[in-house]
Amino acid sequence: MTLSWYLVLAAVLFTIGAVGVLVRRNAIVVFMCVELMLNSVNLTLVTFARASGTLDGQVIAFFVMVVAAAEVVVGLAIIMSIYRTRRSASVDDANLLKY
Amino acid sequence: MHTVPASGLLAASWLLIALPLAGAAVLLLGGRRTDRWGHLLGVATVAVAFVIGLACTVQLGGMSGSKSVNLDLFTFISAGTLDVKAGLLFDPLSAIFVLLITGVGSLIHIYSVGYMADDPGRRRFFAYLNLFVAAMLLLVLGNSYVALYVGWEGVGLASFLLIAFWYRRPAAVTAAKKAFVMNRVGDVGLALAIFIMFAQLGTTSFVGVLGSTGALAGGVLTALGLLLLLGACGKSGQFPLQAWLPDAMEGPTPVSALIHAATMVTAGVYLIARSAPIYDHAPAARTVVTIIGAITLMIGAIAGCAYDDIKKVLAYSTVSQIGYMFLAVGLGPIGYVAGLAHLLTHGFFKAGLFLGAGSVMHAMNDSVDMRRFGGLWRRMPVTFATFGLGYLALIGFPLLSGYWTKDAIIEAAFDHGGTTGYVLGGVGVLGAGLTAFYMTRLMFMTFFGRPRWDAGSASTPVDPHESPGVMTVPMIVLAVGSVAAGYLLTQAFPLSAWLSPVFGTNKLESHVVAPLWIGVLVIGAMVLGVAAAWLFVGRREVPVVRPARVSPVVRAARNALYADAINESLFMRPGQWLARALVFVDNRRVDGAVNGIAATLGGSSARLGRAQTGFVRSYALGMLGGAVVVAGALLAVTAG
Repeated sequence: MTLSWYLVLAAVLFTIGAVGVLVRRNAIVVFMCVELMLNSVNLTLVTFARASGTLDGQVIAFFVMVVAAAEVVVGLAIIMSIYRTRRSASVDDANLLKY
Repeated sequence: MHTVPASGLLAASWLLIALPLAGAAVLLLGGRRTDRWGHLLGVATVAVAFVIGLACTVQLGGMSGSKSVNLDLFTFISAGTLDVKAGLLFDPLSAIFVLLITGVGSLIHIYSVGYMADDPGRRRFFAYLNLFVAAMLLLVLGNSYVALYVGWEGVGLASFLLIAFWYRRPAAVTAAKKAFVMNRVGDVGLALAIFIMFAQLGTTSFVGVLGSTGALAGGVLTALGLLLLLGACGKSGQFPLQAWLPDAMEGPTPVSALIHAATMVTAGVYLIARSAPIYDHAPAARTVVTIIGAITLMIGAIAGCAYDDIKKVLAYSTVSQIGYMFLAVGLGPIGYVAGLAHLLTHGFFKAGLFLGAGSVMHAMNDSVDMRRFGGLWRRMPVTFATFGLGYLALIGFPLLSGYWTKDAIIEAAFDHGGTTGYVLGGVGVLGAGLTAFYMTRLMFMTFFGRPRWDAGSASTPVDPHESPGVMTVPMIVLAVGSVAAGYLLTQAFPLSAWLSPVFGTNKLESHVVAPLWIGVLVIGAMVLGVAAAWLFVGRREVPVVRPARVSPVVRAARNALYADAINESLFMRPGQWLARALVFVDNRRVDGAVNGIAATLGGSSARLGRAQTGFVRSYALGMLGGAVVVAGALLAVTAG
């Protein structure tokens, strides 16, 4: 069992998240994909912390979780508000900010 | 040139300028409140100035030693090393101009009271006239070229305002603009000359410049002489800038008499006479002065033969007579006194002739067409007598003014020696003959022959009558001057003696020392001119309508030898082309470059703006792409 499996898993998760952000229209799904990317990064950090025998990576992973929690609060509030005004959670409908 | 500080009455010579200037200020600022007595104030300021000028001249005449009286007034410009002081210089040369300006000026002011009596703008007229007198006095009294320049521009402004006095007449406005623009051409020359003085000598005072002409290089002096001559040509209506003066006759007749005959147009002669030390050291420039004078005197005399407008004939006569004066002052020391004497006598008889023409116009419902005059001597005896004396003085009838002064110029020209002398003298004699011809023609058409003013379809009946006393008295005084001035200035109280402190003594003297045959020649030319005028004009009926089929010579003379056409084709059209080319370059090239850059930036930013689609996912793709590129670059750097 080597560390590279964890890293490969993290890369796969990150790719799924990134593709999900790019191709999905539903704001909730996009949001969850962002969380997936964050957690794949967390997995990477923890993996390297384990490999190097220090705690730095684990500490940063906690920071990321805290930030992600805060982000969820703000992000969900925005999605709720968009849904209320547009009766739609599609990110493509919120396209007024352009040229 | 050595000057002494002013004392006594001469210390108050600034009043000469201040009085008419104050008069102009009161009349212009006072508005309609001054309408009732404005003309009286205008006359009074100039008359008092004349009295002061006379007293100053008497005091100057009584002085021993240096006769150049300097009066410093105040610092005009002070910036770093540049220090220009305003001051007055009262010397014999200034004195004769002061007397001419204020003396003839007073008479013409008095005449104007009657001439402009029915004009609603009479107060404005007197304000401008006073402004003119003040500026002209500053011109001749200033003790530096800068002060002279201020007066020079002042008279240009007053001339412009007075030509366009009847500003509702398009012809008057056009003439005023033409005069102003052509004067500017000359003023550029004068301004450049002043710049050269600043650059080379650091001063423009007459004492400083004229006293150090020996220190300047020959080329600089020639340049100064030619630039001053350009200025003089503009102001005095000399070739090639003569075309504005006849058009300036659109102004009221007293203006023509005062500004465009007696005083302002002689400023060029004053400038050249004042700058005599410069011309003494620049023989090339001096030769150009004589040539300009000779050309102009012929142009004026030829054109004067063909016009039917009484004022235009007199205007071309003025051009021609000032040509004589230029010819004289270009001859060198021998000619200065002759030229200035002719200037003074010309001031008398030409002002008198213009006032007479104004009187005729007054009687003929402001008509100026001599073909509609005729037989007026019976109706207007005083005008006829005074005009006739002025006429005799102008053509050089023996013992009248013109005889003494014009002959002196022609003698000085012959005295110049060599072929040049004979050419210049010959031109002078020919000019005298032509002068006699056109003036006799004018006399015949105006005062003799069958009355023609009833002919044709006159809408209002014309009833010629003599003018009121306020107009005839100045005419009589000027006629007396026309008769006597020449004798007084050349024989009784020689001008050469009076001016010797300025120009030194020179050998020009009267007919006694001159060869007899020159006098005979001049009188012969005059008699021939009069006889020709009688032959062609006097003995036959003058057609009321101007003959259309004439020889090319007459047609050329009627068009003033195509001066306007030449100016237009040589200067105006190329100027227009240049302006159009510059406008094209400005619009298409300069503006084009700026506008092109702006349009390119604007267009590309609009195209770039299309990338802002508003779709969050495309932004996310951009961010991802950017992150991939950054990560790839880092990898490449660390791996490579």
